[in-house]
Order: sequence, then C-alpha cells, then structure tokens
Amino acid sequence: MTENNDRTVKIKVEDLTLIFGKRKKEALAMLEKGASKEEILKKTKCTVGINKASFEVYEGEVFVVMGLSGSGKSTLIRCLNRLNEPTSGKVFFKDHDITREGNKELMKTRRYEMSMVFQKFGLLPHKTILENAAFGLELRGEPKEEREKKARQALETVGLKGYEEQLPSAMSGGMQQRVGLARALANDSEVLLMDEAFSALDPLIKADMQDELLQIQEKLQKTIVFITHDLDEAIKLGDRIVIMKDGVIEQIGTAEEILTNPASDYVEAFTEKVDRKTIITAETLMFRKPTLLHLKKDGPMQAIRKMRTISVDVLPVEDEKRVFLGYVWLKDVLKLADRKENSLQSVIRTEVPSVYSHYTVEEMLPLISNHNYPLAVVDEESKRLLGIVTQTSLIIEATRFEREEVKELIEKANDI
Amino acid sequence: MERVINLGKYIEQGINALEENFSFLWSAIDDGISWTVDHLNDLLLGIPFVLFLLLITFLAYYAKTGSKLFKKEGLKMGLGLASFVVVGFLLIYLMGYWEDAIHTTTLVLVATFIALILGIPLGILSARNRTADMVIRPILDFMQTMPAFVYLIPAIFFFSVGNTPGIIATVIFSLPPAVRLTSLGIRNVPSDVVEAGHAFGATENQILYKIQLPLAMPTILTGVNQVILLALSMVVIASMVGARGLGSIVYQGIQQNDIAKGFESGLGIVILAIILDRITQSIANKK
Repeated sequence: MTENNDRTVKIKVEDLTLIFGKRKKEALAMLEKGASKEEILKKTKCTVGINKASFEVYEGEVFVVMGLSGSGKSTLIRCLNRLNEPTSGKVFFKDHDITREGNKELMKTRRYEMSMVFQKFGLLPHKTILENAAFGLELRGEPKEEREKKARQALETVGLKGYEEQLPSAMSGGMQQRVGLARALANDSEVLLMDEAFSALDPLIKADMQDELLQIQEKLQKTIVFITHDLDEAIKLGDRIVIMKDGVIEQIGTAEEILTNPASDYVEAFTEKVDRKTIITAETLMFRKPTLLHLKKDGPMQAIRKMRTISVDVLPVEDEKRVFLGYVWLKDVLKLADRKENSLQSVIRTEVPSVYSHYTVEEMLPLISNHNYPLAVVDEESKRLLGIVTQTSLIIEATRFEREEVKELIEKANDI
Repeated sequence: MERVINLGKYIEQGINALEENFSFLWSAIDDGISWTVDHLNDLLLGIPFVLFLLLITFLAYYAKTGSKLFKKEGLKMGLGLASFVVVGFLLIYLMGYWEDAIHTTTLVLVATFIALILGIPLGILSARNRTADMVIRPILDFMQTMPAFVYLIPAIFFFSVGNTPGIIATVIFSLPPAVRLTSLGIRNVPSDVVEAGHAFGATENQILYKIQLPLAMPTILTGVNQVILLALSMVVIASMVGARGLGSIVYQGIQQNDIAKGFESGLGIVILAIILDRITQSIANKK
C-alpha cells in the first residue's frame, strides 16, 4: 500500500479515459494529441465519457464525485469495478491494477472487495428482503445459514429488523434503498460504491438516509465512493469532493477548499447557492500571524508604538510560553504609560471570546454580539494564538457583501 | 409463363437427401415419440374418469386460488373455473368422446413439451446473443407465416402417417411463441437488476438462473400458454396425417358431411382449449 499524507490510499485512479463508440483507438489517439471532444465526435463519432481522470481515495473516507447528468460521474464509478470498461488508464485497488484483471480475478474483486448501491435499487422482486440482502453472499456461494445470519445483521444495521420476510414491492423507496445498502454491507467489503444512491428518494427520506449513512460510516469506517448531482449532499457526506464536468475532473478538495477557492468558473457557479456559514471555518477566515504583544518583553510604550504602526486600538497578548492571554486596549495602555508602569499585566482583558480553528462561521457569529473584540483563534492543545477573526470578515462571509459594500452600507446608515 | 426457377424441386431434392441419409434419425425420433404418446395415452386412460375429473377440477381450483385454497375468497376465485371443468368434462364424457379427448390431450402435451424443450433454450440464446437473434428471428417469421398444411407433407415423408408427423407439424407450428416470449421476457428484465448482479460478481450462469429466468417467468409462462393453444388449434390439421383424437372426428365429420359429429367434437376441442388456457394462464399470473 502506498502512503500519502499519512493516509492509506485504497483506490488510485491514473489517467482514466473512457471512450464510447466503435473507433476507440482513433479517438484515443486524437485525444492524446489534444483534440477537443467536439472534434473527436465529428471525426470518429465517438464520445469521450471520461477524459484522463486521476485521483486517490483514502481508506475510511467518503469520497464524493459530483457532477450534472452527462458529466461522466456514473461512468467513472463503473470503471472502478469495470461495469464499464475503461479505454485506457489504470485503476489500482490497494496494490493491484483492476483494469488488468482477468475474469476470475475481476469476479473476486466484485464479490469480496467492492459492493455497489444503485440509484434504482436493483432489488430482485421475487425474493424476500432477507434473500435480497443475502444475494451478494449467495453469489459467492456461502451456505444458506451463514449468509442469512450476516444478512439479518446487515438489515438490523440499516434499521430493517422485522421486515425480513417482506417482498420489495411492499416497501417504500427509502426502505428499498435500505435493503440495497444492507445487501452491500452484508458482503462486508472494504469499499462501497454508491451510485446516486439517494437521488431517487423524497427530500425528507433522503436527509434521513444521509444521516444514517454517516452514522453507519462512523461505526464501520468503510471507504465510500459516492456519486451525486446534488452539491448539498456532496458537502454533507463528503470528506473530499470531486467536481466533474464533461468527463473532466474540475477540482478535488474538501468542501471548504472548493467553496473558498473554486478552481474554475464552473465550480464557482455551482457553489454559489450553498449555505457557506456551516462550511467556512475560522481556519480560512483568520488573519494569520497577527501583531502580538509579549507580556515579558513588551511594556506600555512598546505596545503604544505597535498599535500606532498598524493603527489599531486593541492587540492580543501572549506569555513567554506563547500561550494566548487576552487583549489590551490602547486607552488602558495610555493610562499605564501615564503612571509609568512597566508591565501590561494589570490591563489584560482575559474574558475574551476564543475559538478553535474548526469553528464555523455559524458558530462564531453569536460570539461577536455584545462586545467588540476580534475572535482569537487558538490551538486546541498548546493554546497558542494562531490568528484572529475580525468582526468585519465574519460579517462579510455571512452576508457575502464585498468589503467596499459593507463600508458603503455603514456610511449610509450613519447618514440616516 | 414458363417456369425459370424451380425452387420447389431443389427443396424436394434436399428433403429426399435428408430422408435417405438420416433415416436412422427419423426412425429414432418416430420410435421415441410413438412410445411416449402410447404410454402417456395409456396412463391417462388408465385413470378412472371420476378420479380424473376430480384431479383436474382440483388443479383448476388450485391454479386459480393459490395459497388462499381454503379461504372464503378462494371459493369466489376458483369456483367458476372448477364448475366449468366439471360441466365440460361431463359433457365430453356423456357425448362419448372421452377417449378421443384424452388422445388429443396426449398429443397436445407431447407437442407442447417438445416445443418448450426446443423453444425456451432458443429464446434464451436469442435474448443473449445478437447474431443468434438475427438468425432465429426470420426463421420464426417463416415458420409462423408458412401455411401449417405445408408442414404435413415433409412430416409424412419422414415419418409416414400416424401420430408422429402430426406432432412434428404441431411442434413446428407452435414453437415460435415459446422462443419469442422467452426472449422478450429476458430482454425486459430491468437492466438495473442485471447490473446489480454483475456488480456483485455474478457469473453469466448466475445472471441467467438467479435473475433473468425468474424475472422473465411470467412472460415465459404466457409463452407456454400460447404454445398449448396453438398446439390445440393444430389437432384437426394433424388428424389429416393420421393423428388420433377429437381432431380426427372433426375431420371425419367434414368428410362424411356429418354436422352432429363435427359440432360435438369441435365443442370438445373448445372445452379442452378453455380449460387448458385458463389453468395455464392463472399459473402464469400467479408468478
């Protein structure tokens, strides 16, 4: 297994390309030379389904592939277990290349390593819920008793205990998809491939299923590749998100990375409607390395100088171990200077709001009411100051106004 | 106009060659079919009429009701067909055509059996293989549109007169729906279920036996029903080459211009047809 950022890579996709049509070789050669999709279609009547996709999926993460219909996301997930045959490129599962597997090996991979959940459930209408949940195990040839035991357990995990003897037709869409999920879980494979698994469900049921999946994932720690066309779902479920367009990967990253730093106009357009308050964290918003006062080194005169240089009237203070203590205000420091005192100790305001870097905008907004300190972002362990989040930047993030617009609004408000 | 192409002559020559070179095959088929027909016929005739009546009535009732056999709703569902069986069989028996009806049933059963043995695998093949489908389809069209009488000529040629040529002609005539509906049923299995099978590592055989055939079963059973009805519709034509049963009585009626005989035996065929149809149809619908 290869290591990357201390995380185990479970699936690695390299330059995966899939072309639909008869003259694949010709189309592939054109693609290599940099021809566009349209040119290739015109000349060879081949469609490029996936264009040189590369990514890694880490063990235990929910990896969401997001795109609109026709973006190639469903084709991509089907390349992972070769329900669609890639035209070129490699798909590594752990260390072996799935694209080079023979029939028997491929069957083994499908039976033991990767289980799939489908948008349209794909249940067998003539079999009971229990038999459906045990179907993957039945295909493997496990004895009836054993597979039913595992299937019962999987059904219990998805909350379908007591429905074992029903037929799928007697169940709602949400429940049918639970059976689909149970079937995949019963196989106990390390990787779950979920193809628009919740897209066919009603909004409320969908939200339920998402929560349930997250709960199950907390317990089981599977590696999940999840396909969706819904960015909200991607953000809710995904540890990392891939955004695809026309068979090309536009961006890979965490929800926050994609929202704060969209790689293209397409991605940006996508992210516009998302509720950012719950995603953007202090980590992104804070000013790093703010001007600091050191309790031991800096006296009142030094504090006044520092404040004047950057024209502020409040500064954070830390001790010799670089632990954040609180803020001092200019007016207090001036009094100290008048009295010719040497230490800032007496005027440090310690009852100030501090947050950790994972706090979201939503969680920070209430903290700025009733006082006018910037929020101090401190490290969870060392309590060192990492940065500060100003009220203005919080408001800008929450309202999505530009800095200039905020200024204008304030000026207007003052005129009233 | 003068004939330029003598296609019929080539067909005749071909059939002659087949007859001469494979005579062992024809006689083996003839022996096999005759043996089966005779024994099945004896077996069915060996059952006393009352017992037979009870058995079929029960079968009809059960086919209609299924698991609700002993429930009140079951009575409502099954009573109609059950009483029709009783009245119909009594009528045939009392008109004196019981033995002929059994002959006819035997021929239909044997022909249906052979047609299914050949037709269902062909249907599976044509559903799963494009090339096979392209070959099979036009042959089926040919078999269905060619007037059924035409099959009698080579059938006599290979098997002389008797039950066998009748059954062979019946099989050819009734085979197409078995192939077509099996193929249709398998093609209509939702692709997401088949895909799920593949995703979980099913072999081609597992896909066929665990997914496609079970899901196609209602359509295949409709095919079985069609085969039986087509086989029944052939009994009169088959009697022209010596097949026994109600069909031969109808044929006698035609030759002797005997309205009474013709009507009675014709009615017998209709009764058999309705009973066989309703029973097989309700089995198909149950699935």
